[in-house]
Amino acid sequence: MNGIHDMGGMMGFGAVEREADEAPFHAHWEGRVYGMQRSMGEVGLWNIDLERFSLETLPPLRYLAASYYERWLLGLESRLLGYGLLSAEEIAAGRSLAPPRALPKTLKAGDVERILNRATFARSAAAPARFAAGERVRAKNLNPPTHTRLPRYARGHWGVIESLLGCHVFPDSLTTGGGEDPQWLYMVVFTGKELWGENADPSLKVAIEAFEPYLEAA
Amino acid sequence: MPEPPPSDGAASHGAHSELSAIELRVRALETVLAEKGYIEPQAIDRIIEAFETRIGPRNGARVVAKAWADPQFKRRLLENAGAAVNALGGIGPVGVHLLALENTPKRHNLVVCTLCSCYPWDLLGLPPVWYKSAPYRSRAVIDPRGLLADFGLSLAPDVEIRVSDSTAETRLFVLPMRPQGTEGWSEEALARLVTRDSMIGAGLPLSPQEASP
Repeated sequence: MNGIHDMGGMMGFGAVEREADEAPFHAHWEGRVYGMQRSMGEVGLWNIDLERFSLETLPPLRYLAASYYERWLLGLESRLLGYGLLSAEEIAAGRSLAPPRALPKTLKAGDVERILNRATFARSAAAPARFAAGERVRAKNLNPPTHTRLPRYARGHWGVIESLLGCHVFPDSLTTGGGEDPQWLYMVVFTGKELWGENADPSLKVAIEAFEPYLEAA
Repeated sequence: MPEPPPSDGAASHGAHSELSAIELRVRALETVLAEKGYIEPQAIDRIIEAFETRIGPRNGARVVAKAWADPQFKRRLLENAGAAVNALGGIGPVGVHLLALENTPKRHNLVVCTLCSCYPWDLLGLPPVWYKSAPYRSRAVIDPRGLLADFGLSLAPDVEIRVSDSTAETRLFVLPMRPQGTEGWSEEALARLVTRDSMIGAGLPLSPQEASP
């Protein structure tokens, strides 16, 4: 979806503020939100793409006004409510008011090491890769109302396949009920001029990871 | 969805002596989830502890220093970073989709995730707030030279700036150039020059002078 999250190339957000010796979490609650997100990510109801989509569908003003872990909290709450795992009344009351839903699994403390080992998204390919390194391709002009990982700034522009990154779970399919539908993934490089026009920095190149269905041949 | 409480924003981080509205809301949510048996609070404790004590940029610094000191390791790292890091031991294990981007005199790499916050957390720890912020995500792909200048990093005009936007599950980190004047240094000493920002491309490693003023 063409949401507020798709920020590449936007202007007016001001200077980047950096912080010296930044801690992993700035407040106790941030760590708890992180941990709840990771824990609920393991119960077998949704994956990271659906987590991302629940952030992307936050109202734009709320998305922009919230800090990072506030967004995670809002996204987590919306998923919990959407899946009927709890009610708004229970969040307001701070206690369970109804029996739980049965979950496929839950994350136990003893399993934490396993989830800190990052999962693989590679899957077997149904067909050979369509493009090869060095080939010129165009990012399609796609505007789905659903989750996609093709950023707006690349759409309609010509680039070059730099490398093949394997065959991976396709987020666009997974978030729309089509299952993993694995697709080849490529590193595609665009010149600054192609993306941003004549006045672009001539020394700029931008690489994106693009799934095969995002690309068309020259 | 219910309205969220008033935010204390990204800047102030809620450093109050009393519990903030968001702290209370998070505590309420965790209580409900635990009462329903969906989560185990001890699992959350362990996740937090891992990032506060073990998983952080020091791991990446060790990998970079090793690559500077050991050409064979560097070759393996550039071929298959996940396998090379996991063979080192003592880090991770890290995921298989890790990719090292080598800086050269002719190319400077910068990593961003314009769509969200993808970051090689299993090697570098959790990303800093600025990496996830709108100013960085919006500007990195259109004006990285200006962005880096704001960070105090001026690149020569003929150096290519390669911005890699982390739009899928590949996780990218930068292998910066080894600082001059470090010939014969141990890996441990070299690792102290490697900053987190230098592994994102938002900075350079420390010089020997900067490391021991």
